[in-house]
Amino acid sequence: MSATFEPITGRYMHLDLFGRPHRIYVEEAGEGTPLLCLHTAGSDGRQYRGLMNDARVTSKHRVIAFDMPWHGKSSPPAGWHDEEYQLTSVQYTTMVLEISAALGLDRPILIGCSIGGRIALHLALEHPESFRAIIGLQAGAHVDPYYDLNFLHRSDVHGGEVCGAIVSGLVGPDAPDKERWETLWHYMQGGPGVFKGDLYFYKLDGDIRGRVAQIDTRRCPLFLLSGEYDYSCTPEETLAVANSIPGCEVIIMMGLGHFPMSEDPQAFLAHLLPVLEKIGAK
Amino acid sequence: MIETLQQRVNADQGLVRRGRYLTTIFLLEVGRTSWLVSIFEGRIVSVTSGPFVMPSSSFALRASEDEWQKFWSRRPPPGSNDLMALIKRRVLKAEGNLQVFMSHLRYFKEALAKLRAEGAAA
Repeated sequence: MSATFEPITGRYMHLDLFGRPHRIYVEEAGEGTPLLCLHTAGSDGRQYRGLMNDARVTSKHRVIAFDMPWHGKSSPPAGWHDEEYQLTSVQYTTMVLEISAALGLDRPILIGCSIGGRIALHLALEHPESFRAIIGLQAGAHVDPYYDLNFLHRSDVHGGEVCGAIVSGLVGPDAPDKERWETLWHYMQGGPGVFKGDLYFYKLDGDIRGRVAQIDTRRCPLFLLSGEYDYSCTPEETLAVANSIPGCEVIIMMGLGHFPMSEDPQAFLAHLLPVLEKIGAK
Repeated sequence: MIETLQQRVNADQGLVRRGRYLTTIFLLEVGRTSWLVSIFEGRIVSVTSGPFVMPSSSFALRASEDEWQKFWSRRPPPGSNDLMALIKRRVLKAEGNLQVFMSHLRYFKEALAKLRAEGAAA
């Protein structure tokens, strides 16, 4: 059998972030309107493989996903071995804007899931001029901790095993096994304490409940798509955010969970493609 | 039904293999009925129903009969499809030495899902 290759290419970007040099892995596929993709906590850009391999998306969009520092094939900054990783709203905002600028993207469409969906709300509020449209997946304004996060990073619990197991029920019931377990594998591969450090933003620092209603969708269109089976960011929480923002469009995706683009790319694309068409027509 | 846990778990070689470093007793509470489940190196060696005078276990999982029935249905509704979903809704109480539970979280999720109606996904 002859080998085949996906139309995805990857590069390592060297960029100063927060005053320190970083080596950041960036993947992309396609040509056209830039579509900048943000992965979930404790995972990496491979979650967007379905979009990057679908000609219906890549024929009109340059799809770009970077692994956040500490994640996937991106490195933690030098000195990491003596630090505790904790993602903050300020760092996350800076990271997205600086990487977008370094790639020379002209007002990309932003799509982010979970923590990526949360920072999408922050960016919609604070930097609407930088994006042509913003798509938040599994985006809620806040999530209360519902388990002891310390279990994600302690030497008597295997980090990869527990991170995969913590999120396994967040995958929807209809996800194909191949994609379900690929999604969980990414979690099992995360570095020690990285998922926990991302959740510092998700569950503590990134609370935007008090400000989310100030988002002005006339400055940047906002779409929120959430899976029915997500108990981390429930459909009710997404609907509450959407209902508080005039002009925000919302879709509840039946049968899907917390990782729509990765757990079931085909089912997700049925919801995403009409949204991309609508953005393209604006 | 709970008694079938022993046969259903032990028949799954992959599950038993993943639990090979797990030896413990945990308490499962289904409404007013409690069960002690004893595990040795991933295999369930006994499932004993209460009431107990002095039950000894490493940790306990307690939920109402109604919540467990939803969890064990063929296609559980959103919010009932996973132990962590029940914990998030505060309807499942996990108490005791939870290091045992969390270090084998996949094992316990999959073992308890074995009680789902035949043909249901884990």
